[in-house]
Amino acid sequence: MTYQLICGAEIHVELKTKSKMFCGCQNDPFHAPKPNLYTCPVCLGLPGALPVPNQKAIEDTILLGLALHSQIAKVSKFDRKHYFYPDLPKGYQISQYDQPLCIGGYLDTSFGRVNLTRIHLEEDTAKLQHATVNGQSVSLIDFNRSSVPLMEIVTEPDIKSPEMAKEFLKGLRDIIRALGIADCDMEKGGMRLEANISLTKDGTLPHYKVEVKNINSFRFFANSLDYEFQRQSEILDKGEIPAQETRGYRSTSNLTVSQRTKEDAADYRYFPDPDIPPLIIDSAWVSTIQQRLRKLPNQIITDLVSAGITESAAKIILQDPDMLTFITQVKILDPKSVRTAGNDLANKKIDYHQITPEAYLEAKKSNVQNQISANSQLEPLVRQVLADNPELVAQYRAGKTGILGFFVGAVIKNTGGKADPRTVTELLKKNL
Amino acid sequence: MKAKVIITTDQVKHLAKLAALPLSDDRLKKLVGQIETTFEYVQTLEKTDTTTLDETNQVTGLTNVMREDIIDDSRTFTQEQALQNAKHSHNGYFVVPAIFVAEDN
Amino acid sequence: MLLDKSILELLTGYKNKSIDPVDVINEAYGQIDKYSSKLNTLITVRDKQEVLDFLKTLDSSLPLYGLPYILKDSYATTELRTTCASKILDNYLSPYDATVHKKLKEAGAILIGKGNQDAWGHGASTENSDYGMGKNPWDPTRVVGGSSGGPAAAVATRMCAFAIGEDTGGSIRNPAAWNNISGLRVTYGRVSRYGCVAYASSMDTVGPFGKTAADLAIILKVIAGPDVYDGTSAPHEVPDYNLELTKTPNKLKIGIAPEMFGAGLDQEISNNAQDFASKLAELGHQLIDISLPVAEISDAAYYILAPSETSSNLGRYDGIRYGNTRDLFTQESMRRIMVGTYELSSGYYDAFYRKALKIRTLLIKTFQKAFEQCDVILLPENPIMPPKLGDLISDPLANMLADLYNTPVSLIGSPSLVIPSGFHKNGLPIGVQLVGKKFSESLLLGLGHQYQQVTEWHTRSPQL
Repeated sequence: MTYQLICGAEIHVELKTKSKMFCGCQNDPFHAPKPNLYTCPVCLGLPGALPVPNQKAIEDTILLGLALHSQIAKVSKFDRKHYFYPDLPKGYQISQYDQPLCIGGYLDTSFGRVNLTRIHLEEDTAKLQHATVNGQSVSLIDFNRSSVPLMEIVTEPDIKSPEMAKEFLKGLRDIIRALGIADCDMEKGGMRLEANISLTKDGTLPHYKVEVKNINSFRFFANSLDYEFQRQSEILDKGEIPAQETRGYRSTSNLTVSQRTKEDAADYRYFPDPDIPPLIIDSAWVSTIQQRLRKLPNQIITDLVSAGITESAAKIILQDPDMLTFITQVKILDPKSVRTAGNDLANKKIDYHQITPEAYLEAKKSNVQNQISANSQLEPLVRQVLADNPELVAQYRAGKTGILGFFVGAVIKNTGGKADPRTVTELLKKNL
Repeated sequence: MKAKVIITTDQVKHLAKLAALPLSDDRLKKLVGQIETTFEYVQTLEKTDTTTLDETNQVTGLTNVMREDIIDDSRTFTQEQALQNAKHSHNGYFVVPAIFVAEDN
Repeated sequence: MLLDKSILELLTGYKNKSIDPVDVINEAYGQIDKYSSKLNTLITVRDKQEVLDFLKTLDSSLPLYGLPYILKDSYATTELRTTCASKILDNYLSPYDATVHKKLKEAGAILIGKGNQDAWGHGASTENSDYGMGKNPWDPTRVVGGSSGGPAAAVATRMCAFAIGEDTGGSIRNPAAWNNISGLRVTYGRVSRYGCVAYASSMDTVGPFGKTAADLAIILKVIAGPDVYDGTSAPHEVPDYNLELTKTPNKLKIGIAPEMFGAGLDQEISNNAQDFASKLAELGHQLIDISLPVAEISDAAYYILAPSETSSNLGRYDGIRYGNTRDLFTQESMRRIMVGTYELSSGYYDAFYRKALKIRTLLIKTFQKAFEQCDVILLPENPIMPPKLGDLISDPLANMLADLYNTPVSLIGSPSLVIPSGFHKNGLPIGVQLVGKKFSESLLLGLGHQYQQVTEWHTRSPQL
């Protein structure tokens, strides 16, 4: 039986705003030196506290929607999603139910288009970790992460293969990074993945889907698709239907295990949060946000390449917003140096967190000057070597270009091994 | 004519679970009757035609109330303040008995 | 008693040194010592010496310098615990102050205690309290009213110069009437809710209790205004309510709806409202017949929205970060949480919650129409006189009906002033309700003040 893979993804991204989603606490859970340092009545869920939404988080989400061709809601609001869990201080999460900020949208891959269902904004939960205290098995809770702004991106079940999944996720991450709204560092929990996977024989959407959680990298995402394809095929071959459930991905053994049966939509009792007035998003506001739409990854690569940087170097620079900032400044200060700077960056020859573009350019200039003064000493040496070997010079000029290497070696030997081979070569060529 | 509202014990048990309310059998029994009374009362709304009406969930008429993305130190608690009312804390964390949770996040 | 004097008289006395704020504070504590335990008025009392020491640090030119006040125990205070009258928060000490408390402190007033209430705001009698049933100082065998029963009784028995209550479905208005004091439910959003334990977020209001409308105006001026920590707080400028009081309202149109004076209303209360209306006519105002067919539907809609919102707001009490566990909710609170959970659950949301939101729209339109014909609407406050202790709490239906004249106003967010308007033949006080358009507090206070210049109901205090 041949089956087709049908997969939708649910991606949560922590926005890197300065402050949290509904209060002014610092948004830096991963680097906090101690637990429960960045809390206040609001994110700790104290009696009497009230939420006020972070404007930048809202605009960052709309920005992503614009970059992904979503429709931006004209009216949006926040809703309360109720369930009890120790990491949820209010007993409800402020999220968005039926009027998300962004509707639809898409991202193209070489395997085809992945359509988006929606992008919405909500608050993150606190962090739970297991421990044993006084011989007792306990969960420790840290609210530094509580109420950090979280974007949720939901795709249609358009992902058809593990390769397509990887390309889609990488593309999505690159865009988010290029927009400067999130770091998407999976190790720090800045980007979390979930897959909804089912198989079909004839292309119609089956009546079941398996949710896979605990996926910590794009590779593991792809792996889980492979595993599920195998597992679900075997069940379907037997004439049975895979159980509608939630499974967890285990990276060590590269498989998924059943966690709990996914009931038809837990009763979250959504209702509009009465503490937060609705959002009216008019075209004037959207235009302001649109101005922030920086060039997207492909465009950035094209720009860098046309400035003389190799495509592979450009791709490396694209991954690192600080490198990108560095090269952009070099371009402004001294366009002629962009090519060298770009290659130096990609080859990790620049300590770009410590050195400014100006300082880098200064150092490069004095090196060149040293080169020139070195050259003034070198050139007589070069001429000497050529003068000492007239027959070889004649052979070179007759077409035996390989002899150049001999000349280079000879010159360098005469400098005690100190001369720069490239400079020597150029000087030789100049004199030949 | 008002229909008699019947709430079953199972329904009440389910609601209690959703609301995380531990209920003794005694309280459960009493609640069934009390909830029924409430629903008979609110059912009077059925008589009123609301088909042409919009919903009002905000009487303020306000929209777009947001805050600037700046850190507000004036409200941030020290770790001690955050923990001051917790029954159980350990090394700066709040503590609860172990929850069995598969390694999410 | 010194505390029989108006706030203005006290402040003037402090300024010209004819009254010593220490004496006023001592008198307040005297009343607390004598009556608070007997009547279950206050849940927590602040240490007197701490208060007197604090008084010494205050700048005497502050607008509310030295005035002792009581807060309903649903306001976050860093000085005293906040229990909300529930054992769940028996040991809860808030690490932050509610905005209303902060503003009063900045104005020089001094918190001396937290008032008893129906737990979480659930009730109209202060019987649903884990700290003893609140007793009416006019007749301690009867309920004090609620849910802000404690603060109201505290003003009536001169335990403070003023108090702050909280009104969701009548919780300031009801006890104001049953204790013979003045109470103001403000326009929704007029005073910041930050730090006020939420009951029904879309209807909760923070408001003052005092002996007179003039007292209320002074307090309102301090506590009203926008707050960046409360997204629903009104951005509207705060008028000088004191100044506004001096502008005597002239030839107002007072709307009276026959539907609201029908069955279920105690005959004497009904007659009393008529007398009140006549008095307003004497003062030169015009009585207008209006239509307000709202009582039943608004009460029913309220009893969908309020339980729904409270079931949500009480979700944070899980005993982990603070407080005790959820098995400690009272029967009445559990009923409301369960009802609310049911109303919001899938399959019922449309039939209940959505329907109630539409009823709200209907009510807004109905009142808008009525206000086209009048400036102020006169309503009864309570349909009955205060029942004997134990009667109301055991009858959920009666409990709900007690809010009949309050819930319409709560749902639409309009302001409402309750002032004393006379006495029942059984010796208990009666109050009346004046409802205005949004942000018409000045008008209501002015009208109340005008009435209080020519009557003396409000000067009477209970014989204890």
